[in-house]
Amino acid sequence: MRAAPPEVAAERARIRANWLLSTPALVLLAIAASGPLLIVVLYSVLEAGEYSGVVWRLSGEGWFQVFLERDIFDDTVGLADAHLSIFWRSVRLSLLTTLITLVLGFPTAWFIATRSPSQRPLWLFLITIPFWTNLLIRTFAIMEVIRNEGILNLSLMGLGLIDRPIQILYTDTAVLIGMAYVYLPLMVLPLYAAMERFDFRLVEAGYDLYATRLRVLRRVILPLVRPGIVAGSILVFVPSLGAYVTPRVLGGGKNLMIGNLIDLQFGQGRNWPLGAALSMTLLVIVAIALVFYVRAVTRGEDRG
Amino acid sequence: MAERGFSVRSLPGFGTTAIVTFLALYAPIVTLVVYSFNAGPTISSWEGVSLRWYADAWQNRAVQDAAIRSLVLATLASAIATSVATLAALGTTRTGRFRGRTLIYTLINQPLMVPEIVTAVALLIFFAMIKVATGYQGLGYLVLAHAAFCVPFAYLPIRARLEGMDLTLETAAADLYASPYATFRHVTLPLLAPGIGAGAMLAFVISLDDVVITEFVKSAGQETLPTYMLGQMRRAISPEVNAISTALLVLTILLLTAFFLLNRKRG
Repeated sequence: MRAAPPEVAAERARIRANWLLSTPALVLLAIAASGPLLIVVLYSVLEAGEYSGVVWRLSGEGWFQVFLERDIFDDTVGLADAHLSIFWRSVRLSLLTTLITLVLGFPTAWFIATRSPSQRPLWLFLITIPFWTNLLIRTFAIMEVIRNEGILNLSLMGLGLIDRPIQILYTDTAVLIGMAYVYLPLMVLPLYAAMERFDFRLVEAGYDLYATRLRVLRRVILPLVRPGIVAGSILVFVPSLGAYVTPRVLGGGKNLMIGNLIDLQFGQGRNWPLGAALSMTLLVIVAIALVFYVRAVTRGEDRG
Repeated sequence: MAERGFSVRSLPGFGTTAIVTFLALYAPIVTLVVYSFNAGPTISSWEGVSLRWYADAWQNRAVQDAAIRSLVLATLASAIATSVATLAALGTTRTGRFRGRTLIYTLINQPLMVPEIVTAVALLIFFAMIKVATGYQGLGYLVLAHAAFCVPFAYLPIRARLEGMDLTLETAAADLYASPYATFRHVTLPLLAPGIGAGAMLAFVISLDDVVITEFVKSAGQETLPTYMLGQMRRAISPEVNAISTALLVLTILLLTAFFLLNRKRG
């Protein structure tokens, strides 16, 4: 199949125009988004400078320190327990956050999707407002609720359920509550998008065939809204894993997550290569999660 | 269905959970707003209605500076992001597949996929190099950084609008011998305007909200409202932060409402 030369020329001109139009955006992103990431890769294999920055000599020390540490007395190599426990906390809290937002978000999205079409935009708007509200403000709001003199402890004491305030703030629980609170809309929105197109006649058919509610939920509803569940989970898991503000404010500097550990290397730690290597580690974990997501979605498409 | 007294749409406990979730979502925000009007200095006791903390924040030089810087930054960043995103949307929509289109998509959406802390660190390193090389310490770094992560937020609504646009008007203009520029200026651009407006607004809100990247990129003395508030949270909490939060909240809700009204016109 050979196209006539003028058409080929026109096609080429069009593609050139497309690239030209996209160039300003690509240049901006190359300077202030993608390009600097490559520098991080480079920094992760350099030697740490004495006070900060790097010395331009190749070194595997940054990556070495991500997972391993040398004993200061006899130079024996062991696992970097401090780092591994922070990795583990980040993954565990992110998974728990995803689970909590799913358990609360699924019924909420279902509730919105089953309102009358004229009511739905209003309920959706109610989810969108917290979504667009500054993350710092929301973290601050939840801090006011859970701190010792906060509303939660005051009401519990007022009801006589507890005598002394429960210390929630500056614990892992605080970070977990905070993350579930700030990322909940990210779970509800994709779930709703999947449920909005849901054909309720299928549920009806299920009941007509004497399926119980649980069976309908498991066999009819869950498989059909699966893409929404996968999308929501990834949208919550990925930012949870890289969270910085919420653990910093609610964890009180003790209950670090990967984001805070990275920050520490560029601040007090003055170990930029380690910070760069940690950043790349986080990026790799996120990339794995995204690949998993893409595969889950394409598998869903093949099936449906 | 209703006659049977059984709705296929209802699942046991779902309604209650949803209502509880909505309450849990709003209770902290409402508490924060209410206590910004508290006359007393703590959240533990209510001492009457007062605008004291708003007055304090309004007169605080550091808050004024940070607020102005935030607004200038958001305006510049959203203007740049929206311009380049509009061009990119025109280049990647309504045209068949071409080599590299997926690459352009990926690059444009990259700020959505890379964790903010990683981008922040990358920019810290990169801009530190430039600062050493040029000695320039100004607001330009923040403008560039903000413009870059705002691009996908500006791009998505513009692209959505373009995809839903009717091609016949532009074809008609071309048939009537309008030059490509005249067609763009008098047909495409006015039709695209709501999408551009929506994109610019999202970019503005995103820039206004940013904490992490700003915290790492800013030079000394370049606080924005969010980084100022983050700094305040390290110390004892002052209700002044409640007042600033409430003001920001109101601004966000106003912008969002405008965004929804703009989007509704589409229909």
